[in-house]
Amino acid sequence: MSEKALILRNLRVQYMDGMESLHGITLDVEPNAINVFFGPAGGGKSTILRTINRLIDLDDLKQLEGEILFHGKNLLDADVDVTALRRKIGVVFSRPIPLPLSIYQNVTFGLEAAGEKDKKKMDQQVEKALKQATLWDEVYDRLQEPANTLSGGQQQRLCLARVMALEPEIIMLDEPTSALDPIATAKIEQFMQDTKEKYTFILVPNNVSQAARMADTAAFFLQGELIEYGVGKSIFVTPKDKRTQDYIEGRFG
Amino acid sequence: MGFNLVRLIALLTVLPILGIVVYIIVQGAGSLSLQFLTQMPTNGMRSGGIFPAIVGTFYLTIGTAVFAVPLGVAAGIYISEYAKDSLWTRLIRIAIISLAGVPSVVYGLFGLGLFVIFLHFGTSILAASLTLSIMTLPVIISTTEEALRSVPARFRIVGRSLGATQWQTIRKLILPQALPGIITGVILGLERAAGETAPLLFTGAAFFLPRLPSSILSATMALPYHIFVISTQVPGMPVQIQYGTVMVLLIYVLGMNLIATLIRNKSRKNRQW
Repeated sequence: MSEKALILRNLRVQYMDGMESLHGITLDVEPNAINVFFGPAGGGKSTILRTINRLIDLDDLKQLEGEILFHGKNLLDADVDVTALRRKIGVVFSRPIPLPLSIYQNVTFGLEAAGEKDKKKMDQQVEKALKQATLWDEVYDRLQEPANTLSGGQQQRLCLARVMALEPEIIMLDEPTSALDPIATAKIEQFMQDTKEKYTFILVPNNVSQAARMADTAAFFLQGELIEYGVGKSIFVTPKDKRTQDYIEGRFG
Repeated sequence: MGFNLVRLIALLTVLPILGIVVYIIVQGAGSLSLQFLTQMPTNGMRSGGIFPAIVGTFYLTIGTAVFAVPLGVAAGIYISEYAKDSLWTRLIRIAIISLAGVPSVVYGLFGLGLFVIFLHFGTSILAASLTLSIMTLPVIISTTEEALRSVPARFRIVGRSLGATQWQTIRKLILPQALPGIITGVILGLERAAGETAPLLFTGAAFFLPRLPSSILSATMALPYHIFVISTQVPGMPVQIQYGTVMVLLIYVLGMNLIATLIRNKSRKNRQW
């Protein structure tokens, strides 16, 4: 068995306003696979993602306990360099959020923040990242145009390219296709399938069918608890827990 | 019916400013000439130009900007981006609001006490600029804060998620987006400072100077104070010169206003969110 990409141990999170929280999540994230976190809204999926790359530091928290091991190091330790961490574990949000910059600058933003100054190297990274995100052919001749001139699907692939440029190990996608049409959705899904040999994906799908389509491992969350976890697609065929089955069959959610 | 009433009231609010501007221009345009703008006053200010007053007001505007802009923008950034909601920040906010409500003559007296006397700057451009800066700070701080807050939070989250520090995110993403709003606020603040008389009374304005100020420690003539002087203190003052001087101040201040408006309109067109 290869090393796990992430090991979550008894993760507990509670927001100051008491809104959404996690009640002790223990879970392994498999490397070079699409790890699907699914379940109804308010289940804690986004909170897990925010905790993994420490974006949760920006929120007011009442409680943050447990461990997230990444190469043997607890990411929740106080001495973790969160900027370096966020380069290694990137995130794409549900709505495309192009930065108010050019297409080119959207991709180089993270690189420049990391201290990259070599113009030539950045050019190369931009081309590579845009090609990986299958956007290069559509934008190579207008890299200096504002990013918001792109269509929604293109913008979301730009957000992906922005993350890819940092050469991350783990890419987290939080309902990345919820605002996209089926063709744009297919491009994002295809990207994940094509590159999972090299990266570890954590995908919060925006519906059960996407979950079943994409999952190499699947975890079902309900109200801050991990109800069921399974490798492969077994969870969608023979769920063990009644609640998982009800959700998959569309009885609630 | 109701709509027309509202429209009428709206038009009524325009009348006073329109009236003032037209009246001043009609009365003052006659005395406006290149000599008037570029020459020293002669014959006890009853003839000649108002060059030193124009230059003085310009110096004071720049001087005010030098102190108030860095301080005000930095304070605005701190309050908007860094300060957590605490007793301390609430105190700062109350202080800023109070500062904005202090009568300008009080600033003048404060400047006299602190800068002119205690710090030995004397009646000088330096003391006057510092006094005007303190008066301008609340405007700059609150418009900076407002401009930064109007930049959507999602850009901050994305910036941080790409491994940028908070300061990198502010400097490269948030500040450029807020800049037009900040510049507008700065100009409006400076415009108010340029038109003030009371804060200059005890801190830097001279009744009459035969030459231009030689350093920041010299006193200076300034348009608003000059208007006060020639309207009340000089017997036999030709009325055209008074109107002409008022007109120059008005153009100076409205010109700044116009620049601020242009910047705001241009940035609205280029805005990407």
